[in-house]
Amino acid sequence: MEKFIRHTGVGVPLRRSNVDTDQIIPAVYLKRVTRTGFEDGLFAAWRGDETFVLNNEAFASGSVLVAGPDFGTGSSREHAVWALKDYGFKAVLSSRFADIFRGNSGKQGLLTGQLSQDDIELIWKALENVPGTEVTVDLDQRVVTCGEIVAPMQVDDYTRWRLMEGLDDIGLTLRHTDAIDDFETARASHKPRTLV
Amino acid sequence: MGKTLAEKVWDAHVVRRAEGEPDLLYIDLHLVHEVTSPQAFDGLRLAGRPVRRPDLTLATEDHNTPTVDIDQPIADLTSRTQIETLRRNCQEFGVRLHSLGDAEQGIVHVVGPQLGLTQPGLTVVCGDSHTSTHGAFGALAFGIGTSEVEHVLATQTLPLRPFKTMAINVEGTLGPGVTAKDIILAVIAKIGTGGGQGYVLEYRGSALAGLSMEARMTICNMSIEAGARAGMIAPDDTTFAYIDGRPHAPKGKEWDAALEYWRTLYTDDDAVFDAEVSIDADALEPFVTWGTNPGQGLPLSASVPDPDSFADESEKAAARRALEYMALEAGTPLRDIAVDTVFIGSCTNGRIEDLRAAAAVVKGRKKADTVRVLVVPGSAKVRLQAEQEGLDEVFTAFGAEWRHAGCSMCLGMNPDQLAPGERSASTSNRNFEGRQGKGGRTHLVSPLVAAATSVRGTLSSPADLEPAG
Repeated sequence: MEKFIRHTGVGVPLRRSNVDTDQIIPAVYLKRVTRTGFEDGLFAAWRGDETFVLNNEAFASGSVLVAGPDFGTGSSREHAVWALKDYGFKAVLSSRFADIFRGNSGKQGLLTGQLSQDDIELIWKALENVPGTEVTVDLDQRVVTCGEIVAPMQVDDYTRWRLMEGLDDIGLTLRHTDAIDDFETARASHKPRTLV
Repeated sequence: MGKTLAEKVWDAHVVRRAEGEPDLLYIDLHLVHEVTSPQAFDGLRLAGRPVRRPDLTLATEDHNTPTVDIDQPIADLTSRTQIETLRRNCQEFGVRLHSLGDAEQGIVHVVGPQLGLTQPGLTVVCGDSHTSTHGAFGALAFGIGTSEVEHVLATQTLPLRPFKTMAINVEGTLGPGVTAKDIILAVIAKIGTGGGQGYVLEYRGSALAGLSMEARMTICNMSIEAGARAGMIAPDDTTFAYIDGRPHAPKGKEWDAALEYWRTLYTDDDAVFDAEVSIDADALEPFVTWGTNPGQGLPLSASVPDPDSFADESEKAAARRALEYMALEAGTPLRDIAVDTVFIGSCTNGRIEDLRAAAAVVKGRKKADTVRVLVVPGSAKVRLQAEQEGLDEVFTAFGAEWRHAGCSMCLGMNPDQLAPGERSASTSNRNFEGRQGKGGRTHLVSPLVAAATSVRGTLSSPADLEPAG
């Protein structure tokens, strides 16, 4: 996994709350069996609308999505993260994320940074005033800057460490195989098994 | 201080705990379906890792499977590819799979409980947000993403931070025509689609005690629609009776040992929840959604709300957008909304009790001419059971389509979809834009409301029907 320390890129203002994962990528795009190529499904229902933000050329190359509250609700589909990453997004900023989406993002190297809604509003205005404006997301310092705006960003310590080190989950856990073996030895025999 | 039910189950599964790190939690049961697993198996293959515990893993085909002509090859190429990939992966990694046509095939959250694999005190995961269903048994059950699926396949564990706990106290007695679905829609309308974020909800109170396992599963199933990680109900004699005798239930001495443990699974009197919410069961009415998220619901007797009536600016905007998408006018009585399609099924309401309830309403009646009615059992076993009880004949005589098991019209992924602009009354769990097909408009309802709606053609409860002739 690629390390994430800081990133600067075009900010994309997505003025919508409750963007659920069906909006990020509709179910019809989930059928691939590979890990790449999901960018064409990103916000598919909205891409046909010429006023949609990503259809503005100045935002099309964006890599920092600045979204309304409750981003990523609904289905647990990790394809939502893949679609954002495949499109080129490195970070999503919102005042509130759905839990599963945030978990999925951390594991794939997509940063979900939590900002106050006031700061989100300020950044939205800055991005809308001058489309193509860049946003810097500094995970090391936990700060987002956009022109004059300097906004503190919440990311929990563990996720921050993982992202900054670029560490993969399974490798981390397999360092504790002995503890798993011990736990299994002590498991109650009445627990069910799927194979007989 | 005592522990909540969720804390008891969590603590019993901690493999490793270290300061500043998530707990490493052992997973007792891992359910798998074709949509969220291919990339996980792909990851294992790339890293040369085996499945650690195939004997704690079960796969089924549900999201992409057609519900008619199931003996024919799946027409949609990508759907077929996902199914075939699951079959190949299960064979390669030694995972038990119930394929389309198999007697145990069905929606993963219907199959687990029906096999007796879902038991109190287990940790259950699946790459599917409606895994919360299994919490009805007092299991800690939650949806995970594909990376986590790979993690569980490789290690049978997950690194997780403890969830907060929220009590949902449902006190009182449900009135006639009011069901578990109405309870959960009312809960979501009350706390909002984000209200449960970070929490395990524990449903408690006198209204829960009398509910069947099917009803409890309906409630826990939709916990995720309130943003919660999981929903749980403490197991009781109803739970134990449901499990007893099922294929994977413990037997003999193992049953006694299991039962002794299961009886310890309740929230201690002196335990403290991080949050509490109360619902008055006596005051509940049949609930329906009018908007495009499951929190946008109201009693059936209400009218489509005026967006300006919401205090919060973002709720106002969301309501305005929802009404536009749903093509509804503020002030329209919900009962006047005509639908094109009624869907009875899904992991929320596709169990035998749901089909019985719907059949009891439509028996001896004819569906409205303007409505297409799909009845889709949650599993092949449910379908068989329903046929043994003659429910298929009731539905067919009514004019409904009697289908094979699968996720069907709950999500726009298989051939069962709404056409653009079509409106449904659906017993499923999500009314998101396009969820049931691009441009489709969804009203979430209980099986009773779905059945009554299919008679009248507009959103209705059984109380609105003339006596059957």
